[in-house]
Amino acid sequence: MWMIPFLICFPFVVSILMYTIRVNKIRNIITYISAGIIMAVVGLFAVQWIAGGCREMELYYHTHIIDMIMLAAVWLLMFLVTYLSFKHKRKIISLLSIIPTLMITYLELYGPQQAEIAHVHVDRLSVLMCIIIGIIGSLIVIYSVGYMHGYHHHHTEFQDRRYYFFMLLFVFLGAMFGFVLSDSLLWIDLFWEMTSICSFLLIGYTKTEEAIANSFRALWMNLLGGAALVVAICYAGYTTGNLSLSNLVELGALGDAKAVIPVTLIAVAALTKAAQMPFSKWLMGAMVAPTPSSALLHSATMVKAGIYILFRLAPAMSGTTTGLLISFIGGFTFFAASIMAIAQTDGKKVLALSTISNLGLMVACAGVGTAETLWAGIFLMLFHAISKSLLFQNTGATENALHSRDIEDMHGLIYRLPRLGAFMFIGIAGMFLAPFGMLISKWSALKASVDESNILLVLFIVFGSATTMFYWTKWMSKLISYTDTEIKVKDITKKDELLSLMIHAVLMIALCLLFPVLSTVYIEPLLVEVFGTSTAVLPMGVLLLLIAIVVFIFFVPLTAFRYATSIKVRQIVSYMNGINVGNNKEFVDSMGENKHLFMTNWYFAHTFGQRKLMRPCIWITSAWLVVMLCIIIGGAL
Amino acid sequence: MGIVKRSPWLLHYDGSSCNGCDIEVLACLTPVYDAERFGIINTGDPMQADIFLITGGINTQNQAVVKQLYDQMPSPKVVVAVGVCACTGGVFKECYNIIGGADTTIPVDIYVPGCAARPQAIIDGIIKAVALFQERADEQEANQKGQKTENAALNEAGKETGNGN
Amino acid sequence: MIYRIISIAAFLIFAPLVGGLLSGLDRKISARMQGRIGPSIFQPFYDVRKLFSKQFIVVNPAQVFLIMSFLFTIIFTGCMFFGGNDVLLCFFLLSTGATFLIFAACITNSPYSNLGASRELLQMMCYEPAVLLACIGFYLATGSFNVSDIIQADMPAIVKTPGFFIAFVFILTIKLRKSPFDLSTSHHPHQELVKGITTDMGAKTLGLFEVAEWYEHVFLMGFVGLFFINKNPWSYLVAVIAVLATYFLEILIDNTSARVKWQVMLKSAWGVTLLVAGVNLIILMVV
Repeated sequence: MWMIPFLICFPFVVSILMYTIRVNKIRNIITYISAGIIMAVVGLFAVQWIAGGCREMELYYHTHIIDMIMLAAVWLLMFLVTYLSFKHKRKIISLLSIIPTLMITYLELYGPQQAEIAHVHVDRLSVLMCIIIGIIGSLIVIYSVGYMHGYHHHHTEFQDRRYYFFMLLFVFLGAMFGFVLSDSLLWIDLFWEMTSICSFLLIGYTKTEEAIANSFRALWMNLLGGAALVVAICYAGYTTGNLSLSNLVELGALGDAKAVIPVTLIAVAALTKAAQMPFSKWLMGAMVAPTPSSALLHSATMVKAGIYILFRLAPAMSGTTTGLLISFIGGFTFFAASIMAIAQTDGKKVLALSTISNLGLMVACAGVGTAETLWAGIFLMLFHAISKSLLFQNTGATENALHSRDIEDMHGLIYRLPRLGAFMFIGIAGMFLAPFGMLISKWSALKASVDESNILLVLFIVFGSATTMFYWTKWMSKLISYTDTEIKVKDITKKDELLSLMIHAVLMIALCLLFPVLSTVYIEPLLVEVFGTSTAVLPMGVLLLLIAIVVFIFFVPLTAFRYATSIKVRQIVSYMNGINVGNNKEFVDSMGENKHLFMTNWYFAHTFGQRKLMRPCIWITSAWLVVMLCIIIGGAL
Repeated sequence: MGIVKRSPWLLHYDGSSCNGCDIEVLACLTPVYDAERFGIINTGDPMQADIFLITGGINTQNQAVVKQLYDQMPSPKVVVAVGVCACTGGVFKECYNIIGGADTTIPVDIYVPGCAARPQAIIDGIIKAVALFQERADEQEANQKGQKTENAALNEAGKETGNGN
Repeated sequence: MIYRIISIAAFLIFAPLVGGLLSGLDRKISARMQGRIGPSIFQPFYDVRKLFSKQFIVVNPAQVFLIMSFLFTIIFTGCMFFGGNDVLLCFFLLSTGATFLIFAACITNSPYSNLGASRELLQMMCYEPAVLLACIGFYLATGSFNVSDIIQADMPAIVKTPGFFIAFVFILTIKLRKSPFDLSTSHHPHQELVKGITTDMGAKTLGLFEVAEWYEHVFLMGFVGLFFINKNPWSYLVAVIAVLATYFLEILIDNTSARVKWQVMLKSAWGVTLLVAGVNLIILMVV
């Protein structure tokens, strides 16, 4: 399996190249080639592994030298964070990096002898994650080449540091591969810190006052999570003498008291990464970064790292107080973030809040920790990764064309920028409409939380779905509303951007069509791997029904469309009390002048606004977190 | 067929008038006369209306409005002018801004005179309009049937008829 | 299987008849409540017959295709329901259908139709929780989301789910577009939104909309009946009586209340859902 070290190391090599090559054209070509190579290797890896019978693999038992290199890398990251936090006069943040680094160094050099463990673990979940990172990540990298060109074309006020940007993107990809393939907690910690710092540096890319402030917020929240992870590792190292994640999960699933604290702390660390309340503000701030980094880090992959680790921990959390802690926070975030999304007019902020909200649902699924919820969670993750990445990229491309990402400015986008409008439509439909998978996952999550008698979670999901539908539908209706369609916009989307968008849209629809197959062939065996027992999550009846719905939804509007275009109709002007000027866009006012008519959506900023709701939500979740942590840790000690 | 006439929906527009006829029209639609028992509904929407009930005359400002409302109604449709102002311009006829009765702008089918027109007269006018509405609906259906066979013939001859407005 | 097919076929054929009659009954009873004679009970059929005999007018050609998608989605939802399938999925599909309607109203850019669409969307947000909770109520009471299993239960679901039922009947006022929650469009003309979400629909498109409403009403009434049906054959009679009583109650509410603002609608719908269905949920789950 040469591909595993290749996948981890190759992006790092490319990133060095990215930094050194300052000629845009050459660098772009290398970017395309490397993204292609990563995609190809991931494909090869997945195919070979699946053809080999999907066997679980445990590799790399003796890695003393690599461990030392990794320790050096941890120190390097610490120096970087310390330097930057001193430079920007936020000295206190450096402590969040220095102390954990010292702790982990002490554990590794002077701590108790640890059991021999495999450092790399390959199973269905990690391969699935690799596929997501490899395909979507590479597509986003390809997209960014065109996007960053346009970005610096419009934003001449920012210094062009594309070499730096692409370096970070590749470092991040390498770190993500490392993260999902590692089983050693020490390795996981390094890659974890690496993704946090990549995200921090990318948020601060533009070097504006706001960007720097937001990047440091992201940094301290993620480092706090990292610190919790380190404490968990040290605790596990001293009590169990085994630094393997799978071992920890096994202990937790058996109900061993030694595993309770590490599992809880790792889960809390995952909450910070997945931007759950009370830590969700960093993701909102992260939207100042250029769009590809939002797509890659803050919705499609990096935040999924938190989800991934929670999925791993799910068997250990099932039915425990930790599970209760996590599922409440997830459910609450799902509901609260979706309510706040109603009040947002900024497209990217809506996407950010909806990301937080959907991640909340996945977190809740992991927290409940049964096979059913995990099934729902994995599908949510898959669909969310594709459709959110599509939406973020699309919003970026639309912003380059319209010079605005306000939803109100996207009225009639489907007439003005047909391609982008259509992609956006598909992406949003994927987020909440039947028959796309998000909905069936919601069905499953709802059923499972009823089975588990988790009353609050049921209520959160029920009310959260209602609010989710509200903000998505109003965005969609804005896209097709027929106003100002004569304002011409030049579609300046680059070919590489379009390629990425196109593949995403095709993937989205393919996933929707193939999802029953995927469920039986891949996801259900995955659950067997995790839980050891097999359960048919989707009853046959529901499955058949779903196929019927899919066929129906793709077939009926098409037929209706064909019928509608074939009949004879008389077209008339829309009703405006008889004073429609004749173009459906203007009316005659009482002075006989033509007046422009424009309808905005409802946002209810004063009722559902972030300004009003964010603070109480953070207080509620913080209080819950603290109280539950006290109960869990107090009970375990 | 005789079914279409059971569901005449009205659009009521008040032009340049003293509002007397306007009030009388509304009086017809109150529970006292219970116009709904004939299936009459006073919609406010031209696209859903069959009978255009116009009171008051046409002036330079509302001419375009009346025209647009009439255009927005799907055929078959019937226009009833209620009151002398709608019929001829009435007492306002000589005003500088008055063009005249409703028939100066749109084709009027039924004239209901009176100043103001009495509810009985208005209902009588509507009943007449309903009969006319039925007649036109039948005519249109017959036409459509004829057209269909014609289209089929044309298609057979290999000519595309297209789907113009 | 054969029963399912018969029941689906029956739905396809009889739902418009029943829906139209219910609507006619509504108009007749409303008229009597207002001291009028009112139209014939078959009036809705006359109306739709007329609408289909008129010229085909549209503001935007896409309207036709969207309204047709709305109609067929609702018919499909009803088929799923009467074919004994999953109720939760039925409602998920129903909201997809409703989004088609909203799109149909949005693409015309008439201020009335647009505002109607916004309000329709808000209404959806108001009723969605109660609807989903009602489905969960069935699951808790009978152990299944499937209609075919629910009707085979030993006890009618209402015994265990009175709270869910009350919440559902409350939001049924919104779904049936009855006052005080007829914000998006109303059956009574001359309100501030002209004809609300249907303002730019005329003639044949309006006819399609009316037929879709009939199908939807029958589906919703079927759902109300489901609360009362169990394996005892007499329960079907009880269900029919209960459906008629509920429908009468909705007509009574319609004629005795005035339209409210959206804030009141949101607060009351969510409040009732949380209070009544929520308490019922806690009782069923904990006890």
